[in-house]
Amino acid sequence: MKANAALSHTQIDAMITKRIIPCLDVRAGKVTKGIAFQGNIDVGDPVGMARFYYEGGADELVFYDITASNERRDIMIEVVSAVAGEIFIPFSVGGGLRTLDDMRRVLLAGAEKVSIDSGAVRNPQLIAEGAKAFGSQCVVLSMQVKCVPTSDHIPSGYEIYIDGGRRPMGLDAIQWAERGVELGAGEIVVNSIDQDGTKAGYELKLTKAIADRVPVPVIASGGAGNPQHLRDVFVKSNADAAIVASITHYGEFAIGHIKRYLEGAGVPVRNTW
Amino acid sequence: MIAIIDYGAGNLTSVERAVTYLGYDGSITADSETILTAEKVIFPGVGAARATMDNLNTAGIAKVLQAFYKSGKPMLGICIGIQILFDHSEEEDTPCLGLLPGVVKKFDATPTLKVPQIGWNEVYQSQSHPIFHDVPNPAHFYFVNSYYPVPQAASDVIGRATYGVEFCSVVAHQNLIATQFHLEKSGRIGLKMLDNFLRDKG
Repeated sequence: MKANAALSHTQIDAMITKRIIPCLDVRAGKVTKGIAFQGNIDVGDPVGMARFYYEGGADELVFYDITASNERRDIMIEVVSAVAGEIFIPFSVGGGLRTLDDMRRVLLAGAEKVSIDSGAVRNPQLIAEGAKAFGSQCVVLSMQVKCVPTSDHIPSGYEIYIDGGRRPMGLDAIQWAERGVELGAGEIVVNSIDQDGTKAGYELKLTKAIADRVPVPVIASGGAGNPQHLRDVFVKSNADAAIVASITHYGEFAIGHIKRYLEGAGVPVRNTW
Repeated sequence: MIAIIDYGAGNLTSVERAVTYLGYDGSITADSETILTAEKVIFPGVGAARATMDNLNTAGIAKVLQAFYKSGKPMLGICIGIQILFDHSEEEDTPCLGLLPGVVKKFDATPTLKVPQIGWNEVYQSQSHPIFHDVPNPAHFYFVNSYYPVPQAASDVIGRATYGVEFCSVVAHQNLIATQFHLEKSGRIGLKMLDNFLRDKG
């Protein structure tokens, strides 16, 4: 790895690469987005899409189960198991995990990590229980954050929301990130509600505020519209990883293309796979 | 049959899946007889050194692994499986298997260096070895670790990576090979290394 003036001290110290993590939304066993996949991929097939990304150089995957009922959750377990049988990079599963048993089922089916969000805000001990049972490296705390006026409760001006970004919790995002790490979260995903879907770039200030505060990897999410947005969040905000969805799902950018761009910009990436 | 040692650690199924995917017969087991009669042994896992050694000792598997090593049949350790090979781990001051001379140390966390390291790090092959057949040098592998091995014999170190310090990420000694990274989660290149181990006639 070559040192580069564009990189902060952090990135030279730590030789590990910046990760690019496609996120697949799954409803009742089908991926809900991804219309532009080409070739022989059955659009909507999570295993096919996972294979496409695996072969294309994704560093990790996230499956987000947006199924509502418990009955249909069994379908998700089947998806996880099928993916684990042929995709040999780490992947996490999130969406609706509320109990230790929910987490155990997903991990036994072959996921590397579980991503907990609203369930952890409602019951913070879920983080501690998961870390104790499976190890911190398995427990990803995902948070939905919105910019709000600063107040006594929200000194940073960033508030935690739950239930798909609909319900404000009166909880400061930076304090919640610190609390989550104390409880045992091994990684933090920072989803910006404001940036999500805008394609205007990640929330750089928020991501940096959390990345500089917690001693675990921080994964930026929401707002990626082009490869430069990834470069910005890695270099300016010290993010360790970035989630992508629409910029890669619809064939606009290939993971390999984004990585070549990042490499040219001096960001360390996994460049052979 | 490839015995995948079950000592109550997490993450066994992903190794089993990778072994199956590559077309080999892997079996997760804690049974001494099954382990001793296996062609090869893999001891994978995520976990803490103390809990791992307690489990191995309680189940009587520590002695079985020592016997298997002496038999000369191929053994592969992954992640915590590389750390427990050595004499001692700094993690909760834990005596380990002592198959190889050396110790296990913790990365020094600094404001700019996150511990554990989680992610893809570059491994340089410092010696040639059949396990690296058709594996690019360097290549990236997936790591999750707070501790790293420090073998006493430099000749046992065949792969190195850097995380704040340069550290040993692959060891090999006679019939024993171990990686600090998760080769079962390191994409095609990781699978290639696993296949090299499984394919080797010993």
